[in-house]
Amino acid sequence: MSLWRHVSRGLRVLTHRRATDQDIADEVQHYLDQMAPEDRSAARATMAREHVRSYGWENAIDQVLVDTRYAARRLLASPGFTTVCALTLAVGIGTSTAIFSAVYPILFEPLPYPDAGRILMISDRGAGGSRVDVTFGTYAELGARSRSFSALAVVEPWQPTLTSRAEPERLDGQRVSASYFRTLGITPRLGRDFDAADDRPHGPNVVLVSNALWQKDASILGKQITLDGDRYTVIGVMPAGFDNVVSPSAQVWSLLQYESSAPFFRDAGSHYTREWGHHLAMIGRLRSGVTLDAARREIDDLARIPTPEFVRPSWASLADGLTVHALQDDVTSGVRPALLAILGAVLLVLTIACVNVTNLLLARGVQRRGEFAMRAALGAGRARIIGQLVTESLLLALLGGILGLGLAAIATRTLVALSPPELPRVDAIGINGSVFLYAFGVTTVCGLLVGLVPALQNTANLRQRQPGQQREQREQREQREQREQREQHEQREQREQRQQRQQAQQPQQRHQRHQRHHSIRKALVVTEVALSLVLLVGAGLLLRSLRSLFGVPPGFNPSHVLTMQVQDAQSRYAFFTRALDAVRRVPGVTSAGYTSQLPLSGRVDGYGAHMESNTRTDESGDFSALRYTASPGYVETMGIALRRGRLLDEHDIAGQPHAILVSESFAKRNLAGQDPLGQRLRFGPDTVWSTIVGVVGDVKQQSLDGDETDAVYNTTSQWVWVDVKQSFVVHTQGGPAALAPAVKAAIWSVDKDVPIVQIATMNDLVSRSEAKRQFALTVFEAFGLAALALAAIGLYGVLSGGVTERLREIGLRSALGASPSDIVTLIIRQGMTLATLGIALGLFGAIVASRAIASLLFGISSLDPTTYVGVIAVLLGVSGLACWLPAMRASGVAPLIALRTP
Amino acid sequence: MEEKNTDVIQGTLDLLILKTLSLAPLHGFGIARRVEQVSRGVFKVNPGSLLVALQRLERAGWLDAEWRQTENARRAKFYTLTKAGKKQLEVETEDWTRRAGAVMRLLKAEG
Repeated sequence: MSLWRHVSRGLRVLTHRRATDQDIADEVQHYLDQMAPEDRSAARATMAREHVRSYGWENAIDQVLVDTRYAARRLLASPGFTTVCALTLAVGIGTSTAIFSAVYPILFEPLPYPDAGRILMISDRGAGGSRVDVTFGTYAELGARSRSFSALAVVEPWQPTLTSRAEPERLDGQRVSASYFRTLGITPRLGRDFDAADDRPHGPNVVLVSNALWQKDASILGKQITLDGDRYTVIGVMPAGFDNVVSPSAQVWSLLQYESSAPFFRDAGSHYTREWGHHLAMIGRLRSGVTLDAARREIDDLARIPTPEFVRPSWASLADGLTVHALQDDVTSGVRPALLAILGAVLLVLTIACVNVTNLLLARGVQRRGEFAMRAALGAGRARIIGQLVTESLLLALLGGILGLGLAAIATRTLVALSPPELPRVDAIGINGSVFLYAFGVTTVCGLLVGLVPALQNTANLRQRQPGQQREQREQREQREQREQREQHEQREQREQRQQRQQAQQPQQRHQRHQRHHSIRKALVVTEVALSLVLLVGAGLLLRSLRSLFGVPPGFNPSHVLTMQVQDAQSRYAFFTRALDAVRRVPGVTSAGYTSQLPLSGRVDGYGAHMESNTRTDESGDFSALRYTASPGYVETMGIALRRGRLLDEHDIAGQPHAILVSESFAKRNLAGQDPLGQRLRFGPDTVWSTIVGVVGDVKQQSLDGDETDAVYNTTSQWVWVDVKQSFVVHTQGGPAALAPAVKAAIWSVDKDVPIVQIATMNDLVSRSEAKRQFALTVFEAFGLAALALAAIGLYGVLSGGVTERLREIGLRSALGASPSDIVTLIIRQGMTLATLGIALGLFGAIVASRAIASLLFGISSLDPTTYVGVIAVLLGVSGLACWLPAMRASGVAPLIALRTP
Repeated sequence: MEEKNTDVIQGTLDLLILKTLSLAPLHGFGIARRVEQVSRGVFKVNPGSLLVALQRLERAGWLDAEWRQTENARRAKFYTLTKAGKKQLEVETEDWTRRAGAVMRLLKAEG
């Protein structure tokens, strides 16, 4: 009841101010009319009216509205100033909002699954603690033995060719155990989820499709589609917002239907089965009440203590244990350092923008001192003036925030376009509720911060009546009205006397005030320079890292090489051979070959093998190496160097003794001190021995900064199977990209139903392999430049303001014989002192900050002297320019100014 | 004369208003006059404080306000005690009695 009255009465006052005022006036008048005549006075009526009027919550709002209107008028009155401030804040708020929109869903927001924190990724632990895919055998064993999970699922990539349409289309997909979507906690929006009963060898061919695929053909549900030549029934459609973080581009899912007893190799006689291949990703959902630590302990125990029912082969013995990570960590760990560095960088930009606007507001406050003094004299308290000023800065920030949101919307799109391929959850990047909230919060904080310092600074020392106390004491004062008036009169006299005294002291006082005021502005400029140094050092280090990375020899010659991936679901050796012949006949092609895996293409196919004799101390003789099963001519086409022996050729075919090439690092690591030529190795205990016939140079497979280059090369016809996907490499005479259509046509002339994807030049692949660093560098460069510009503007502003305030002094100096060059030196020395101070402070910051981006650096130390010297030179140069302009203006000051300026 | 007047003790103004209005609806000046009369001039109420207090009590739901004709045919805002106001009066009366008793006991003990 009373709350209702408070709200309704307050609202009535706000909406009917005039009527309610009249109401109060009438009531007060009626009251006074009945008082004794000697007690009545106009002053008393006014006071009582004001007193009654000031009651109620609505007055606070009223004041805010009045302040806002006034602030808006002030801002409109100086459009140039307002524009500069709002744009500066917009840059800060906009960039930080854009970065936040990208970083938040990836690093901080839980994955978009119910209770996502309980979904874990379980991997086998390889040599050196690296994470390795699990085997089906391990999945089966954990499923039977572990009690920590309410659901476990395994999944492997699947790239089927869809041929029911006009052109063959290769889809990204996954083969999953029936429990996959249940583990994630997602159900299809149409149709049904997989049935566990169907997940068996030779079970029904069923698929779930993505919403995007369904939208292309809404009639697809319940129909059959042809994938890799087999008919599959579409049993369900996933929800539109389903974010499949394990494989974001997946559009179709079918069941693994794992045939545990299928032979690992197609060679007859092998008794190792497919279930022991490391090719599955495993996720699990924690049973409620089980903690991550408890699950880790249980999994560790299971790994260490085998039971007789679950026999493990030596390479999946789980001797090193299993690693258990939250799925979120697993998805984001690769990009976390880059994103955190970028987040740090953008916060620096935001800080610099705020510092700059604070500086501008401080300078403007000096010009408005007269206004403040006037308002103080009229009875405004300091708090009231500060409130007014902060309202102004909040309004300014709001303007900047709105512009910033627009900027963020554009920047977010740019970020997504620039984003490196390994960036997860790209679909979640955009302006949404939490991003909006962030922008609003940042805007408010900025508005308060940039307004408060100048407001406090510029209202210090205001001589004023103390109306804050006045209001509190109004009741008593009203009682002693007469006496008060007398007192006020005395006070006024005293004040006048005081003012006279103060006027005598004024020059000195003003000087002190300016001194302090100026030292704040100088401190702010020093901060700006320091922060921009930090950013520029970051950008410089990344730039130099990228340079030295691209200087790393990849081990092949990427120029004039075109690549494309060809997929034949039936793995026909004859098809690939004929396609290669066709490609070699294309005019402009100088050589061609194909390989099971292409360097820097994102794939890494490692293989366990066994040396007949090796010099390593561990007795097992097992090791892993990258496997390149390639056509003859591949090594030549890629320009990989032959160090010893011979390359593979047309004679190394099935039926001939198996020949193999090894990489230099392989030979060094496994056959140190021995002649590698003639040594033998094999893949799996039951396979044929291969003889090493040559040693080739090391090739970067995963990335330019990687050092895992142990590799073996053999020919397709001497390998135990024909890979479904082969990457063709084509060396061309002219520009490689131009030849792509002809090469594709040549392959399709052999079979028009094979999909050809990932068409790129080798040079593209090299630069794309460093996309993450390139991305971080681009962002740092943009931010560094923005910071540099803001710092220069700040320095210029302070010096130029200083010149204006010191006109008289400068005039006097030149009157006393200072030459223009003396004055230029004076101003520049002052500015450069600030810049140098900023640089010195910034160096400390940069040394700390560069440690944070150490994982992104390559080939240089985080204290790389070249970078530091270069950045300092750039900062000094730009600072010099920012000082030079005000200095030139100062040198033009006529001596007469000294006389004219009061 | 002014030295003998006593400000209404902080916090008792509400009680005095509620009590006064429990007898009959009154306008602002009427309340002030009655308080001064009944207290024999010990309490002097100033218009600003009184009218604000009336607004506060009205918003709290203890009073209702209404413009009415006075006996000398002028318009005035009359305040009436509500049901909640009566309850509040009881609470405040009891509270006041308790405090006043305590103060008296202290004074007597000292004397």
